[in-house]
Amino acid sequence: MKLLQHKVGLAFTLAAAALLLVAPQYLKNYGVYLLSYWLVFVIAIMGLNLTTGYAGQKSLGHAAFFGIGAYTVAILMKAGFSFWLGLPAAALICFVVGLVLGFPALRVQAIYLAFATLGFNTAIWLVMRNEEWLTGGTFGINNITRPALWGYSLEGNRPYYYFVLAVTLVMAGLLWGLLRSPWGKAFKALRDNPIRAESLGIDIRNYTLLSFAIGAVYAGVAGALFASLVQFIEPAPFTVGASIMMYLMVVVGGAGYFLGPVLGAAVGVVLPEWMRDVPGVAAWYLPIFGSAVVLMMVWLPDGLLSIPDRLKERRAAREASALRAANAAKMKARS
Amino acid sequence: MTDFLQLFLSGLATGSIYALAALGFTLLWQASGTINFAQGEFVMLPAFMMLGFMSLGAPMLVSVVCTVLLAVVLLGWVFKRGLVDPLFKYGMMPIVVATIGLSIAMRNGVRAGYSAEAHPFPSLFADKIYNIAGVTVTLQDIGTFSLALVIVMATQAFLAKTVTGRAMQAVAQNTESASVLGINVPRMIFYTFAINAVLAVAAAMLVTPTYLAKFDMGEGLGNKAFFAAIIGGFNNSRGALLGGLIVGVCENLAAAYISPAYKDAVALVIFMVVILFKPQGLLGKKEERKV
Amino acid sequence: MNHPLLKVTGLKKAYGAIQAVGGVSFEVMPGEIFGVIGPNGSGKTTMFNSVLGQITPDAGEIELNGQSISGLSPLALSRRGVGRTFQTLQVFGKMTVRDNLIVAAQEHQGSMLSRIFAPGDSGLGDRADALIDQFRIRHVAHTLAGTLSYGQQKLVDIAMAFMAQPALVLLDEPCAGVNPSLVGGISNLLKELNQNPKLGQQSSFVVIEHNMDFVMDLCHRIMVMVEGRVMAIGTPAEIRANKEVLDAYLGN
Repeated sequence: MKLLQHKVGLAFTLAAAALLLVAPQYLKNYGVYLLSYWLVFVIAIMGLNLTTGYAGQKSLGHAAFFGIGAYTVAILMKAGFSFWLGLPAAALICFVVGLVLGFPALRVQAIYLAFATLGFNTAIWLVMRNEEWLTGGTFGINNITRPALWGYSLEGNRPYYYFVLAVTLVMAGLLWGLLRSPWGKAFKALRDNPIRAESLGIDIRNYTLLSFAIGAVYAGVAGALFASLVQFIEPAPFTVGASIMMYLMVVVGGAGYFLGPVLGAAVGVVLPEWMRDVPGVAAWYLPIFGSAVVLMMVWLPDGLLSIPDRLKERRAAREASALRAANAAKMKARS
Repeated sequence: MTDFLQLFLSGLATGSIYALAALGFTLLWQASGTINFAQGEFVMLPAFMMLGFMSLGAPMLVSVVCTVLLAVVLLGWVFKRGLVDPLFKYGMMPIVVATIGLSIAMRNGVRAGYSAEAHPFPSLFADKIYNIAGVTVTLQDIGTFSLALVIVMATQAFLAKTVTGRAMQAVAQNTESASVLGINVPRMIFYTFAINAVLAVAAAMLVTPTYLAKFDMGEGLGNKAFFAAIIGGFNNSRGALLGGLIVGVCENLAAAYISPAYKDAVALVIFMVVILFKPQGLLGKKEERKV
Repeated sequence: MNHPLLKVTGLKKAYGAIQAVGGVSFEVMPGEIFGVIGPNGSGKTTMFNSVLGQITPDAGEIELNGQSISGLSPLALSRRGVGRTFQTLQVFGKMTVRDNLIVAAQEHQGSMLSRIFAPGDSGLGDRADALIDQFRIRHVAHTLAGTLSYGQQKLVDIAMAFMAQPALVLLDEPCAGVNPSLVGGISNLLKELNQNPKLGQQSSFVVIEHNMDFVMDLCHRIMVMVEGRVMAIGTPAEIRANKEVLDAYLGN
């Protein structure tokens, strides 16, 4: 049964991959740009899914790492360095800062941690807004170019899209490998029962720090790609509000489900962009989204990808009660 | 020195508004384990309710009464029955996420449905300035601080001295025992939500005249209410008052003596220091971690 | 001459004015099942938590195989071969039963870095399957642990403590809240695990329990704790005949 499920999953993935490869042929320039935009957020949300969905650390400061990645690339490129230096630099800086953010997580739990990360985001955003000498302040940094790869220019929307797609697949593959390894189970143990985990020899200290650091790296890489995608970086996309939206995207897609970010980013980023030009609807997207989140918590608290599991549970419960009823009838018939 | 006193006094006024929001926040947490991420929007909405009633022609006092009643119904009863009650059994995080969604819906709902502009708001106090020993204070500041203080004290007196109040405290400390004692637990919890709504209306009346009514006025306020509550001590109502005042005063002083651009970081820094060194808050009691 | 596996000397822990544990000393020999009984509030769980590094005692020495383990964290103790179960259920609800068992031992092999490259089950699949069969929970091996019945979760909980093949296991009320029909099964399992040469070493247990029949049947020696002090230590027969114990605890 498991093998069949795997085969179906594999077929689905290949079909999706094929679709992603040929999509640009059928889309206008803006559509291709939107796809890249979506994939950038998929990478960032994958990182948050690791920190929050798999390792259970309530992080409301993810947009700060996204911003650090973006500003690293923007600042380095403005200073004359190549994008190919900026990208690994963004990843490294985010890894270190992510580790640092993990330390409060060792001391405080749950909601207190959420607010500590929220505060961290505020602090980073304030630096982005105030330190004009470094970040350009509210004016930001513009004219960020797209890089060239082995002689090929990635300037156009289409070549840049394929580049972003490649990075997304690589990052997704690495995350898949990580979660399938013993680390994946260790993270889940940390999420489900840290006290028991510790008494079983799982170093919850290290895994907590790493869940923040690795999640941050994903956001940093996404931020780097974001900088060259939108080509103008300012503090607005990296606020606490953005972090909260990222958290909601993880939850809506399904925390702890590998493909949750794909769905979450589609709902949180693509949908509003799509509707931005539709008159009358654009302004109501956020109120509807907010209300949908409230309703979802009541009816589907584990996110959209939990629907198959829910249906399975319901069917199993129905079968169990049918079995009980049948047995009860049999007993009655005998007596 | 007079500068310092001025900043201190106006900081007390702002801080007392934080204290109102923080108190409601703390009470909700104690009574029902609810972390209300939409607390800031709970202050924003009554401000617009007031504007709505007044635009219908109602005099100010009538509008206030109507706002309080409407707030108790919407932010108390509907909030409790519609959101908190169904999610209660799932634990704290689903309620947190739902209130996050609620805050987004409320904030952007007002923006899309009413107005994205900042609106002037009538003050409860006349536009007077006093000069005491060289220090300049506005009637608004004195009035805000006094009124907020009175409301916080009244709330605490109610909780400590009346039968209903003590029943509410019993529910907050031990829900099972309270219900065994015959206390109507759901009703006591509703009263807590109602008190939170009233405190939010009070905060709205005091903060909006200065900062104007705008759809996003709740954003910073909600976070600061939480920080203030933690700093003071999350399991202690007096902590909310202390925390709010500390945040208000320190913000003002930091803005003047260090940098106005980093004013919003002050509450955060104090919060970080407190949770790292005294996680139960300045007035809170230590809670042992049970295995 | 056998050296004790676990030696506790003069353990003390006070909470404010209450002396929860007031000078407790005992030894557990290798391969022994050592029972701890006593009325509620006699300090049994506090003593456990002190030995297991969950709380810091005010005084006392704890030695494992002659080496001091006083003050070690639960993490370090786990690495030294000490396992435990908790009074309340502590399983990983959103992982399957088999994964629960695997994660219970995976951190004992290799380094953290090498584990990124290890296979998903860290080579522990066979050991997990063996325990699953021994505990008769094969039919729920791939079910999420959080969805099982209380009794089944209890079995998973106990099995997890044995995955890392610890030399010493402390069980805190393994029969609490368990269906009477399952108690006998748990007793047999513990006897099997104690005498099982497959584990490669003699596994010693320290068991807190209130179920007298269970304790008398299972344990080689029993310690009686009353009000934070040791009242008696002896074989089940000796304890049953001890007048002081009968008056204080077993009688009536």
